Amino acid sequence: MLYTNLKHIETADAHQKFISENENVMICCGRMGPMCIPVYGIMEDLEGQYTNVKFADMEFDSPESHVIRNVPEVKSFMGIPFTMYYKNGKLVKATSSIQSMMQVRTILDAEFSTAK
Amino acid sequence: METNNHYDAIVIGAGPAGLSAGIYLSRARVKTLILSEGTVGGQMILTHEIANYPGVESISGYQLSMIMRNQAKKFGCDIKSNILVETFNLDKDLKEIVLADGTKYTADAVILSPGGRSRTLGMPGEDALKGKGISYCATCDGDFFTDKKIIVVGGGNSALEEAVSLTKYASKVTIVHQFDHFQAFEYAIEEARNHPKISLHMESSITAFHGNEKLEGVEITDLKSGLKQNHPIDGVFIFIGYVPNTEFLEGKVELSEWKEIIVDADMQTSIKGIFAAGDSITKKYRQVTTAVADGTIAALAASKYIHELHQNKQLQHTR
Repeated sequence: MLYTNLKHIETADAHQKFISENENVMICCGRMGPMCIPVYGIMEDLEGQYTNVKFADMEFDSPESHVIRNVPEVKSFMGIPFTMYYKNGKLVKATSSIQSMMQVRTILDAEFSTAK
Repeated sequence: METNNHYDAIVIGAGPAGLSAGIYLSRARVKTLILSEGTVGGQMILTHEIANYPGVESISGYQLSMIMRNQAKKFGCDIKSNILVETFNLDKDLKEIVLADGTKYTADAVILSPGGRSRTLGMPGEDALKGKGISYCATCDGDFFTDKKIIVVGGGNSALEEAVSLTKYASKVTIVHQFDHFQAFEYAIEEARNHPKISLHMESSITAFHGNEKLEGVEITDLKSGLKQNHPIDGVFIFIGYVPNTEFLEGKVELSEWKEIIVDADMQTSIKGIFAAGDSITKKYRQVTTAVADGTIAALAASKYIHELHQNKQLQHTR
């Protein structure tokens, strides 16, 4: 159970539905640990600012999160959280381990800018 | 767009020291804003279980952070997290803080509790390979290294305890430490020294990380001979202590040689109306409980300072 204020995605089907129904999506897949909590906090703070992006989390240890853990783009990842960015249902960026506000903003602006 | 918002007190940092200060100030009806460049909770959220916080048998650092945050908010404290401060003007009576988005805040008093962060080696390749073989959290990432060979960097309690805990996963753990002796408690040294999966590489330092998609090896330099050797490795865990987040205060308040904020018994810094609390001040013991105590003292002293300041202003006004 992730104790965050983000939308929780609990199944692979819900994950597929969420990324296909929303144009811009950021999902943080992690645990309630020191490398993950700061990323959830950043997402909670950014939710109000990036209204064109849908934010959610998913439990890393849930078997259902294989939809994130097993994609080729994260093959070299060896640190949680795995943070995924989807545009029109397609994975456009993924990061491993803790990220700063500036790093997250840079990706959101680059991938989901309305000017694109 | 620039706005102007005045508070009686602004607290920089939202760890246990900053949140305690926020609770005490707001409860005393001092209009207070907490500004944090990181997530609410600070270093406290790094702790999976806190079992020695008096009155609470066991709680996660995250949960304790959220309780403290809600307590502060309940008393009317404003909290803004994950912000970026552009400028600090602390030397005048009216303290001024401007955020990167142009928002300007002023205050009669400021409490500095910026905390600290994990020290990194700062060697080539470290940043790019973070999360791809380089880690700073054994409990988070240990299971990615099952049956792999890893290095633990450091010689304190954290390094040695985490090296032992990582033997649950790794096939071999090498501790790389810059000195010829460890700084840890004797029990931790003994446990690491006697562990069959652990070997020691003393008086050495990692001077480069190699790999593209993921970590493939490191360069280790023998600090006595200067000899550099490349070693293939699957993972590196770094536990070399913390550094205070005080770079932004250099030249503004008095810092120690370790870049910690120098305070008196009232948590007053070298500048009138600027107080400090928590892990970033000069002190011997850094615990959640000591941070809470620092924050409380700073808040009480700041309240007194603000009260006297307001009284003086009123007196001048009536003359």
